[in-house]
Amino acid sequence: MFYREAGDFKTTYQEDSQTFPIKFDRWRYWAVLAVAYLFIPFVINDYWASAVFIPFLIYSIAAIGLNILTGYCGQVSLGTGGFMAVGAFACYKLMTAFPDVNIIFHIIISGGVTAAVGAAFGLPSLRIKGFYLAVATLAAQFFLVWLFNKVAWFYNYSASGQINAPERFVGNVAVTGPNADAWAKYLICLVFLTVCALIARNLTRGAIGRTWMAIRDMDIAAEIIGVNPLRAKLMAFAVSSFFIGVSGAMFFAIYLGAVEVGEAFGIQKSFLVLFMIIIGGLGSIFGSFAGAAFLVILPVALKLVGVDLLGFPTDLVSHFQLVIIGALIMFFLIKEPHGLAQLWRLAKEKLRLWPFPY
Amino acid sequence: MPTNVLYLIEVLANGLMAGVMYSLVALGFVLIFKASGIFNYAQGVMALFAALTLAGIMEGQVPFAHMINAVFGTKIHHFGWHVPALAAIAMTVLVMIAFAWAVQRFVFRHLVGQEPIILFMATIGLAYFLEGVGDLMWGSDIKTLALGLPQGGSRWLEDATAGWGGDDFYGFFIDKLDIVATGVAIVLVASLIAFSQYTKHGRAMRAVADDHQAALSVGISLNFIWILVWSLAGFVALVAGIMWGAKSGVQFSLSLIALKALPVLMLGGFTSIPGAIVGGLIIGMGEKLFEYTFGPMIGGATENWFAYVLALIVLVFRPQGLFGEKIIERV
Amino acid sequence: MTLKKLAALALTTTLAAAPAVADLVIPDLSYRTGPYAAGGTPFSDGYQDYFNLLNARDGGIGGEAVRIVECETGYNTEKGVECYESTKGEGALIYQPLSTGITYQLIPKATADQIPLHTMGYGRTSAAKGEVFNWVFNYPANYWDAASVMVNYLLGENGGSLDGKKIALVYHNSAYGKEPIRTLENLSAQHGFKLDLLAVDHPGQEQKSQWLQIRRSRPDYVLMWGWGVMNQVAVQEAANIGFPMENFIGNWWSGAEHDVTPAGAAANGYKSLNMNRINAELPVFADIKKHVHDAGNAAGDGSNIGKVLYTRGMYAAMLAAEGIANAQSIHGVSDITPAQLRDGMESLEITNARMEELGMGGVGPAFSVSCSDHGGNGLGIVQQWNAGEGKWVALTDYITPDDAVTQPLIDEDAAAFAAENNITPGCL
Repeated sequence: MFYREAGDFKTTYQEDSQTFPIKFDRWRYWAVLAVAYLFIPFVINDYWASAVFIPFLIYSIAAIGLNILTGYCGQVSLGTGGFMAVGAFACYKLMTAFPDVNIIFHIIISGGVTAAVGAAFGLPSLRIKGFYLAVATLAAQFFLVWLFNKVAWFYNYSASGQINAPERFVGNVAVTGPNADAWAKYLICLVFLTVCALIARNLTRGAIGRTWMAIRDMDIAAEIIGVNPLRAKLMAFAVSSFFIGVSGAMFFAIYLGAVEVGEAFGIQKSFLVLFMIIIGGLGSIFGSFAGAAFLVILPVALKLVGVDLLGFPTDLVSHFQLVIIGALIMFFLIKEPHGLAQLWRLAKEKLRLWPFPY
Repeated sequence: MPTNVLYLIEVLANGLMAGVMYSLVALGFVLIFKASGIFNYAQGVMALFAALTLAGIMEGQVPFAHMINAVFGTKIHHFGWHVPALAAIAMTVLVMIAFAWAVQRFVFRHLVGQEPIILFMATIGLAYFLEGVGDLMWGSDIKTLALGLPQGGSRWLEDATAGWGGDDFYGFFIDKLDIVATGVAIVLVASLIAFSQYTKHGRAMRAVADDHQAALSVGISLNFIWILVWSLAGFVALVAGIMWGAKSGVQFSLSLIALKALPVLMLGGFTSIPGAIVGGLIIGMGEKLFEYTFGPMIGGATENWFAYVLALIVLVFRPQGLFGEKIIERV
Repeated sequence: MTLKKLAALALTTTLAAAPAVADLVIPDLSYRTGPYAAGGTPFSDGYQDYFNLLNARDGGIGGEAVRIVECETGYNTEKGVECYESTKGEGALIYQPLSTGITYQLIPKATADQIPLHTMGYGRTSAAKGEVFNWVFNYPANYWDAASVMVNYLLGENGGSLDGKKIALVYHNSAYGKEPIRTLENLSAQHGFKLDLLAVDHPGQEQKSQWLQIRRSRPDYVLMWGWGVMNQVAVQEAANIGFPMENFIGNWWSGAEHDVTPAGAAANGYKSLNMNRINAELPVFADIKKHVHDAGNAAGDGSNIGKVLYTRGMYAAMLAAEGIANAQSIHGVSDITPAQLRDGMESLEITNARMEELGMGGVGPAFSVSCSDHGGNGLGIVQQWNAGEGKWVALTDYITPDDAVTQPLIDEDAAAFAAENNITPGCL
């Protein structure tokens, strides 16, 4: 009724190719942003920030990054954890070496460092394809973690190899360290996520995005129509790693504050982010959000229901958590094999015809 | 012979044995991938689940005891009997067959014809699910597998070879468990090959692996074959679980052995049983050799990443893995 | 002091007469799932059972009931943060995360929120320096003490000299496992033994290379810093290569029953440190059986009572409870705040007589805490596994670490932390 193109006249090409062609979607988009920027920061507390929002926002950035590589460019990667570690350690070294530079630059430069590392590990993708490519990224994963564990320079020669984020400010508001307020940490993550999502959306619908998708659909055919696979693939690795590096830097500096490389950036992290984009939907920015939300918020929600409402023993609840998450993944797949993003698309299709579907 | 050379031989021999252990895990992946194109992420969890079930049955544990106790306030733990090993193994095989049936009936039957990535994702769900069920059924404490498998270095070999090198050579070390594992692996692979070559169902399985549609059109029941394949993979998982569990006890970490099988698969190719074996041997030998020669210089613990680097080097020259089907790309 | 105590006693009895409105909230960040569940479960059982015992037998601490809020971390730092934030709001008094990774997370957070953190024998060693780490306590002992105790034990075995001996350290390749390296390096320079470092990656299922290397180099002793599956595999592999088990010594997180039982008889003779003596006949266990288990309030399935890690969890709970009681007597209120508990912990004094009184004589050493020393005296015993009887046997009495070695390291690390975080050392 209210969700349709009819009556929304577009007079320029620009309007015709905008992200949200339907008026209601645009309103919804601005409403979501308004709530995220103008409402949540005023009500957020430590618990909601640390347990739900900050991990969700940071994982979303990582998922967007991986989705560019895997969803748009078709290159399977299991090196996300290793690349996040690069971002985190780059950020740590920068924070301790240049304490006077604003943390925002540190995070961005960390992304740049990760992009370089990612592109280097992307080189084998020119030769190895499909599932087999995962080996190159797995090599990156294990090698990088080993490197950061072994070379004491990376953790400033501390006794245990843990890195701790010192307190840093944006303006005069602390965003890292224990005294940072929940809203400040939330807002900086949100700003980064918004910018990253905008960049990703505009990259993927532009010329670069189309070359990526051509590579994904069939790289030989893409080469024939004039796409340079070297450039396109390495670009995808670099851009994807940039986002992942940013998320790794924030994961360390803002979210956890102290990390140990093997525990925080191990292979499990790579799998987790991959699960996010597959569950959310490959090749979809919205899917990255949905997948991150599913795997970050669902466990917390199940725990709240199981332990706090029903009063079950904690170990039973966490076993059930696994059973329920696993069953839900399989259930969703059987109902809708293309991830949550596809469900969302279908819901929108239905809504456009509602209430007169015929 | 100089002592160094002897030690090198020892490292290589032990690397081969370790490779066999990796191959045992990799075999399960290959079976399922070959027959149905599913990359089964849950294989490691299946090994854990099978070993847990075996240990639980042997100990006479009550399944889901913790949950029952929490809901009904009872205090049950054990039936109070011990099941002999062979009977317990048979029962575990039955459980794995039931599991294979359930997986096929409730999950993959609904996903026939989907893309590989979606099938992969379904196995992710399966892994989560099975891990939770395993914990709920048998609890998360460490269980000892009392199967009486021999363990420890072979003293006979050690004594026989001790005089070969200098004073600082103490004879070759070969773990008896590894010898058993090698024997089991040989029997397992031989019987798998015999099964697929000489039996009706085995041939049907190969037909399905070659071409689903064609197999279907000559009257082979895909459903049955897939249950069969998942059961076989479950059995292989049980064997892997027993071998690895003999060393460490049966506990959650057993599910992580799947990570050790990944480079083996990449190297050997996802679709080849001999590939899984040879890949395992190469990875086992390569990583042990690297750790022995270069490890001490660069700080050790290199095995995890070197296995992948090794696989990567091979893949650069053979992108389909050593034994994988040749990738033919058409526009 | 006595007057104060009497006054507090009088106050608490009057308060106890009135219905308790608030209670003492003790979060238990446990892990009963995941790769380290086998270690986390007994510890948490002991921790909870002891507080439940106090509730059932004594009506809580100082008349104030204890409320345990359990939260499952799975040994995962992200879940640990979630648990910390969710329990913090309930008025948590003290955290005992049983994970070095989570401890590093919580040190700055708990300091900012002014909640004491007790990391008993794990976590950040330099937290022993109370002037820098005002809110963190790691008594009665820490990793560097453990390394020193091990070397002192070996010195005793070898007539006071380790000159020319070869010692290998097999360690979990993580923050936890790397902790003792610096101490051992200093000790090796001091006593003239050669130190070999062998890292084992998480999880530690596959250690053949490391043990073949040990077999080749034949060290006189092997020390181990392991946790989780790494322990079971290491014990098995040591037996496999025929390494004399009595020369293989684990630290106190590598010396529980489940670490040795999978290897069966082969594990006989394996040694480990312990900071808490175990003794299944302790009166406190009888009380726990009577008041907690028979009443159906056992944490877990009740099968862990008396085990090494169960005893350690109970010991940790006892130290927390004593800290609370001490805080109550200092501040004269029964419903204490985290800040008051911190004062109680900082002036805690555990005597052997008090331990006897609590029904756990000899479980831990006598020690006292002060602002400059949050680490206790670092004593540890060496115990040996008797596979035939299936139990750990204490070989030694409490062994004293060499403070001259550990203290400069603690000072140095604490100073680095203070500089990095702009902390001016001082007492609160």
